[in-house]
Amino acid sequence: MSIRISSIHKQFGTFTALDSVTLDFPRGELVALLGPSGCGKTTLLRIIAGLETADSGEVFLDGREASNSSVRERQVGFVFQHYALFRHMTVFENVAFGLRMKPRAERPSDSDIRRRVHELLDLVQLDWLAERYPAQLSGGQRQRIALARALAVEPQVLLLDEPFGALDAKVRKELRRWLRRLHDDLHISSIFVTHDQEEALEVADRIVVMNHGKVEQQGTPEEVYSHPASPFVYHFLGSVNFFHGRVEGNALQVGDTDLGPNDSEELNAGDHFVACSRPHELELVPADSASAGLLVKVSRLFRFGALARLELDGQGEQAGQIYEAEVPLTSVDALALQEGSLVRIRAGALRVFPAAAPDEVLATNPVAPVSVAPGPGLASAVNA
Amino acid sequence: MSAVIDTPRPGQDRARFLQTNTATREPWLVRLVLLVLGVGFFAIFLLLPLITVFVEALRKGLDTYGWAIHDSDVLSSIGLTFLTVLFVVPLNVLFGLAAGWAIAKFEFRGKQILITLIDLPFSVSPVIAGLSYMLVFGARGWLGPWLIDHDLKVMFAVPGIVMATTFVTFPFVARELISLMQSQGREEEEAAVVLGASGLATFVRVTLPNIRWGLIYGVILCNARAMGEFGAVSVVSGHIRGETNTLPLEVEILYNEYNFAGAFAVASFLCVLALVTLLVKWWVERRVHSGDAS
Repeated sequence: MSIRISSIHKQFGTFTALDSVTLDFPRGELVALLGPSGCGKTTLLRIIAGLETADSGEVFLDGREASNSSVRERQVGFVFQHYALFRHMTVFENVAFGLRMKPRAERPSDSDIRRRVHELLDLVQLDWLAERYPAQLSGGQRQRIALARALAVEPQVLLLDEPFGALDAKVRKELRRWLRRLHDDLHISSIFVTHDQEEALEVADRIVVMNHGKVEQQGTPEEVYSHPASPFVYHFLGSVNFFHGRVEGNALQVGDTDLGPNDSEELNAGDHFVACSRPHELELVPADSASAGLLVKVSRLFRFGALARLELDGQGEQAGQIYEAEVPLTSVDALALQEGSLVRIRAGALRVFPAAAPDEVLATNPVAPVSVAPGPGLASAVNA
Repeated sequence: MSAVIDTPRPGQDRARFLQTNTATREPWLVRLVLLVLGVGFFAIFLLLPLITVFVEALRKGLDTYGWAIHDSDVLSSIGLTFLTVLFVVPLNVLFGLAAGWAIAKFEFRGKQILITLIDLPFSVSPVIAGLSYMLVFGARGWLGPWLIDHDLKVMFAVPGIVMATTFVTFPFVARELISLMQSQGREEEEAAVVLGASGLATFVRVTLPNIRWGLIYGVILCNARAMGEFGAVSVVSGHIRGETNTLPLEVEILYNEYNFAGAFAVASFLCVLALVTLLVKWWVERRVHSGDAS
């Protein structure tokens, strides 16, 4: 089923959960709704399922306006974060529930139900647990049963709300690969909500990054990771260094340091900016080098394999800023760097965004990020 | 279910552990004082009066006891008490389910006020409850003239007794269900609806099985209180012997007439009902705490 949502708005008291969100979910794709908690992703999923109603806007399921159709008519499968298995029913009865609830005319016979349930339990590789109760299963098993239960009614679309959120790291990883394979086998349109960027990058065909009730960016995992559309997306998908400065003449000026020419059309002389660069995009040059680079002090140095990871403290005007660099070990050795040495950093790749004036800019810290510098119209605050 | 319910009797195991462990054992003097205080209190204030009731009831022999119970007024009061319970318990189950469902599954304005008001019967003296019913439904009350015009008898009749008892016992089922349903949340119901279940099917197949032991527990408490209610019923019943006297009222009347054997005989009957209720409650509690999944 294709899903289209058009200018959906949802307010909880004074809190805006969704701010005129418009999105298209084509048939057969596995899409991740990614964002920090409170960004509205779960609300959006529940609105698609019909468990929540939007204040305004429309939901189209296969081109038909569905805002007024009941949950039961929407043919969606929903997998809850905490499984929501019926605790007083066996695994078998849980999976059979949807089939037993069908109108009498469509309801399969008992033997058909039994066959179908066992097929589904085979699919999730848990047929041997059919007679157990949910309380007797592990978290991962419960979530697979919840998935089998949702699939039993042959939904047109599968909605998963933080499906692996309550599981430990190892099971999580296993289950998400398994979900990807299942999706490839079944070709059912699926939308899953997550706050885990790694999960979204690894599993999804397409990622929709949300923040504060708005869509920040959407695209393939490759696109959103390599070409983030805002400092928020930069920060949310992986580590990033932020440089706050001002355009002077045609140069990006951070303190006394010239980071390079301004090639952004959005920025004019005098504008404040925030420039983003991933740790592996930074280069180290000697502190006394004539070529420009931001002067920093090495505060920590970890070597692992052929790479070194450095934590760097800003100097002078940039005091208090922390940068992170990931460079080949050879370049650390060539400069004979130790903790406490001074060095200059240059960004091999830099994306520049307009920003508010520096005194409004919140502290940035790529190692333990708390908040991101807001650009105009881009709200900040990330739950690390 | 919560951890407390999953583990059978964690308190007892813990207590035994603390007792056998020398590091945590209390000095014998402390143990002795606490034990004597606890057991002594129980013996003097609870056990002794209960025994007295049975001793006094049987003092003049079984014949007198049987005669006292077989008195036509007493029999009618037993009948009235059971009749009252028969109306009150289903009414409170209905109200309790509605209140629990509304509070646990929906968001609405004034929810906190409703939760507080449900406890009102616990904090208001039953006599005041009875009096307020008098002021509304009595002959000189707000609705009195209208009721008289339509030949409806509420006060000094069964409807009044049922209403007063319902008021007093309202919180038992409702409170039990509200806390239970709140802790269970509404995810299972949402799952059922997404899977195509109608509202009724969701209630019967998902909600009710999940709350059944809590519901039964509430019913037992409600039942016990309904049988024993005195204050509110005393105001609205009118004390018409053989007609509007419930068991507790009958006990008082017999006692005031210096018919001690009769009074204690009827009282002992009430006590037996209460003890049976406790037994059932104990059994249900065990079911609840063993986290019975079936």
